[in-house]
Amino acid sequence: MPRKICAAAIVTAIGLTGEAWAGTISPDSVEFEDGAIAASLTGVAGNAETGRKVFANRKQGNCLACHQNEDLRAEPFHGEVGPMMDGVADRWTEAELRGIVVNSKMTFDGTIMPSFYRTTNGARPLEKFEGKTILTAEQVEDVVAYLLTLKD
Amino acid sequence: MRQLFAIAAAAGFIAASAQAGPGPDEDQLEIDGLKIVTEVKAPDDHPLDVIYSGWRFRTDETQSLQMDDFENPAMVAVEYGIELWDTPAGTSNKSCADCHGDVEDMAGLKAITPKWDEAAGAPLTLEDLVNRSIKEHQGGEGWKWESAEMLAMTALIGMQSRGMPVNVQSDGPMADWVEKGKDLYYTRVGQLDMSCANCHEDNNGQYIRADHLSQGNTNGFPTYRFKWQGLGSLHRRFSGCMKNIRAQPFKRGSDEFTALEIYLATRGAGLGVESPSVRN
Ligand code: HEC
Ligand code: HEC
Ligand code: HEC
Repeated sequence: MPRKICAAAIVTAIGLTGEAWAGTISPDSVEFEDGAIAASLTGVAGNAETGRKVFANRKQGNCLACHQNEDLRAEPFHGEVGPMMDGVADRWTEAELRGIVVNSKMTFDGTIMPSFYRTTNGARPLEKFEGKTILTAEQVEDVVAYLLTLKD
Repeated sequence: MRQLFAIAAAAGFIAASAQAGPGPDEDQLEIDGLKIVTEVKAPDDHPLDVIYSGWRFRTDETQSLQMDDFENPAMVAVEYGIELWDTPAGTSNKSCADCHGDVEDMAGLKAITPKWDEAAGAPLTLEDLVNRSIKEHQGGEGWKWESAEMLAMTALIGMQSRGMPVNVQSDGPMADWVEKGKDLYYTRVGQLDMSCANCHEDNNGQYIRADHLSQGNTNGFPTYRFKWQGLGSLHRRFSGCMKNIRAQPFKRGSDEFTALEIYLATRGAGLGVESPSVRN
């Protein structure tokens, strides 16, 4: 267990500096097939429990800004810009969900949904976010693992 | 996959598509007997069907504060504006009132600014006009964009146009500025990669987290915001919206923000001036 935490911390740190890490697929070398991404970005499965937190956290996924989600009813203020997350794992495969979170535009042309693992986003990024992804590879995998628990 | 999505949509999972939110309410704005237009049928070439003031998207509590000048928290600043209007200053040692008379003579100005200025060869915002007069006529240094003085004065002058329809020139030399503002409005910016249109055109009426999205109209500025605990300029609001999507805002008073202000004013033409409005 301690070793796992340690490894996680390293990946997070690397992710934040935007550098490639052996075993982690960098934002520029992600491969899509029809909007989906087959392989885990980190090479391992994510942690659904952490993913649940990333989903709600305003400074991380902030997915609740746009998506209602019954599983997180206790959290205040669910937005309604995007579809409900209930049962999302029945509608999409793991690879498709990963693709949507990494780069939503590959699945939904022109969508308002941010691309969470991409370094080239809109013009004029605030300096401290320039060239950086919104989520780290590990956080993406955690969110994907969490989404996979949302079945009807 | 597309198909799956379509099926999900058909099954009603996509409960919250662009039209499903609570939208604007039916309330009507009247301040001390003065009716203010908060809803205008949009012209045919407009991206929206009906143009609504941001007031229509606020809660009843917030709305009511703007319906009574005794409750409107912006009125403290307006009082300060009156004081400034009557105070001699600068090398001329004259007050605004000495040259302009009653501030009521400024009625109509807010509704048509930014306005084209031949001498400057550019459109001038209300802030620009105030500062030019202070520098050229009063003999002072001018006020910072977001200073208490500038906010008080633009609130006071803006208030003289309350209820008048927003009517900023969009043709002639202003046409290029409208275009430039429109480009900015539809350009995706920031790490979150969104344009103004993504929120205010495509999703107005919806909640985004705790915020009820309006059409982002400009007729209420300067605005008293609870979040700011005071008045703020329109360019401050632009700046906040850009930072929220992790974009580097343009500077207050920059050509970019002036162009956006002009474009938004033409988009919201016909709405009644509400300055100083109250928002959360
Ligand atoms: C700014 C709003 C916004 C944010 C923030 C956002 N999304 Fe979305 N999302 C959308 C919209 C809108 C759609 C629907 C696609 C479309 O038509 O644009 C969507 C679609 C989806 C879908 C497909 C849903 C279905 O039922 O078909 C998934 C999965 C998803 N988002 C996950 C996420 C996750 C996970 C996050 C946070 C990491 C997130 N979204 C953040 C707006 C957003
Ligand atoms: C992520 C969504 C989002 C984006 C993108 C966005 N805004 Fe906003 N904006 C808001 C929210 C939320 C508010 C406060 C509630 C409301 O009035 O919509 C707001 C308020 C405003 C208001 C005040 C409206 C009023 O009646 O007081 C203006 C003006 C405005 N935005 C302009 C812009 C401009 C210009 C852009 C593009 C540079 C922009 N916004 C981009 C979310 C957004
Ligand atoms: C010494 C006389 C003088 C003083 C003092 C003075 N102004 Fe002016 N102001 C003028 C003149 C002259 C003009 C240009 C003619 C016009 O548009 O009325 C002008 C123009 C303006 C305009 C543009 C009006 C328009 O319709 O375009 C504004 C706004 C303005 N002044 C505000 C102020 C304010 C606020 C003060 C006090 C802080 C002030 N002025 C002090 C003489 C003065």
